[in-house]
Amino acid sequence: MSTASSEHDAPTRPPRPVIELRGLTVRYGNVPALNRVNAVLRSGEITCVLGENGSGKSTLVSVLSGLGRHDEGELLVAGMPVRFRSPRHSRALGIATVWQDLAVAPLLSIWRNFFLGVEPTRGVWPLRRLDVAGARETTVRAMARVGVTALDPDQPASALQAGERQSLAVARALHFGARALVIDEPVTPMTVARQTLFGQAILAARAQGLAVVVVTNNPRYAHLIGDRFLLLAHGQVAATLTRDDIDADDLTALMAGGEQLSTLTDALTALHPELGER
Amino acid sequence: MIGDRLPSYGTARPQAGRRFLSRALARPSLPAVVALVVVVAFFGLQAPDLRSTAGLAGVLDVAAPLGIGAVAVALLLIAGQFDLSVGIMALASSLLTAMLIGPAGWPTWPALAVSLLAALAVGVVNGVLVVNTGLPSFLVTLATFLVLQGIALAGFEAATGSTQVGGLDAAPGWSSAASVFGSSAEIGGARFHVAVLWWLAATALATWALWRTAFGNAVFAAGGARRAARELGVPVRRTTVALFCLTATAGWLIGTLGLFRLESVQLGNADLDTALDFLVVAVIGGCLLTGGYGSAIGAAVASVLYAVARQGITLAGWDPRWFLTLLGGLLLVALVANGVVRRRLKAKPRS
Repeated sequence: MSTASSEHDAPTRPPRPVIELRGLTVRYGNVPALNRVNAVLRSGEITCVLGENGSGKSTLVSVLSGLGRHDEGELLVAGMPVRFRSPRHSRALGIATVWQDLAVAPLLSIWRNFFLGVEPTRGVWPLRRLDVAGARETTVRAMARVGVTALDPDQPASALQAGERQSLAVARALHFGARALVIDEPVTPMTVARQTLFGQAILAARAQGLAVVVVTNNPRYAHLIGDRFLLLAHGQVAATLTRDDIDADDLTALMAGGEQLSTLTDALTALHPELGER
Repeated sequence: MIGDRLPSYGTARPQAGRRFLSRALARPSLPAVVALVVVVAFFGLQAPDLRSTAGLAGVLDVAAPLGIGAVAVALLLIAGQFDLSVGIMALASSLLTAMLIGPAGWPTWPALAVSLLAALAVGVVNGVLVVNTGLPSFLVTLATFLVLQGIALAGFEAATGSTQVGGLDAAPGWSSAASVFGSSAEIGGARFHVAVLWWLAATALATWALWRTAFGNAVFAAGGARRAARELGVPVRRTTVALFCLTATAGWLIGTLGLFRLESVQLGNADLDTALDFLVVAVIGGCLLTGGYGSAIGAAVASVLYAVARQGITLAGWDPRWFLTLLGGLLLVALVANGVVRRRLKAKPRS
């Protein structure tokens, strides 16, 4: 709480950066999917990443979550340069991700899904075994936190309703995200009630002082919850804006067509030649 | 903390009776257990000899080596991969052990260790090829199967100059190794082979590993939701290679158990039609071909089912070739039952 309020009361003291990207470049073959991207993701701030399809949003998510690796530039977590070896590495540093496809295994039980990849164990090898009771209990508690109660954690995840599956992904990220939350907005449609819960979970994470990254296609939603907006085009940062710079209508207009964003990119690059070098 | 102010979305729990039923239906081993009961009842009447202790020993004799392979293949199937080379691995490793002990004059234990290492090497090759090329494991292991078959049969004859090696029991260390792999016990007038214990141990270990370890979670996730597993940092590649090593080890164990049983090897009676048997048994045991679902106990039950049907047909005095028809029928029934289970599990209620 204190982090969020101090940010608004005292803008002269900016919140500390949790993740910093310096000239981050990711190439697929010869084609750069991200080209010299600079960004600072601060504690207690929601950064919305906007851009048309193919602008590098998913690549950014995959680098932040450890699935992909950057080719050039630096990725700093709490000031330390890192190069993630795997999603496990990123999770160990407190960066949790809500994936676009939710990353839920339908045939596994809910508690196994919750702890998949970071299973709590007890005993020593070769007798190291899952802490089943503890895992079940934690899962029920974490799911209740995002509004899913009366849950049988032994059910397969396929028994969950679509919205509950999103809650599972969010609850998991909230549980493991100590520093940062990366949310690639799920493509499956959500009811308004779900969306409200989802938004509340994100705001709660900000209040706890996490750096939150929301990748979305909905500019109105982004303007509603976001503190900063990172606009991507062709793998480059087209603009970095704050809430004060732009209102929801302009953000929507910017996002309405990729052409406009490209025009903006060209216009901004013409005005500020240094943008082209990013 | 957020939940306090918000409506809950949990579904009401179904009644206890329905819940038990749906849980039972969700067990992968259920079709195999039902089929086993039917087949035992049928052949219990058709072939009364099956009901004796000797009949049981005969059934377990067939079931044990098959079950060891099927349990390993079941784990691999759950992870979404195939291995056709288990049967030939059994033959090849027993041939290699015999070659090292007999003509080469090695002591028993080093020969066993070398053949185990060779089997593991083949497992690693299978696993690394599948993981790195992304080729279907069915084809990769089919290739391994053919290569190994050629090497094993032609190589053995070229190296030893004959089609059989006997008199292995004179080698140093043979008696101590035989107590581990070749001993047997007389219970109730019938001889039970130590392979049964290996089989039970393998089933118990595999079941424990599947349900109670992080490795088991990785196996299920690798087969059922590979993308999700990768996104969550589950070591899918490492798990897959480890499982190919496991099936190779199972093949080595089957070969070794057979070697100590017969105390000789012979190319003539090489049982090559077992290439698909392990797979068939694992599928009858409830593994989905698409991965992510199955059980080691189901595979063990299915190997008993296989053995009862085979011994039953022999003891009932039928033409043994009818067994293949019966096996095919069982496989079809198992596939249909699996399909029903799968649809039930995949069915998503509309929200």
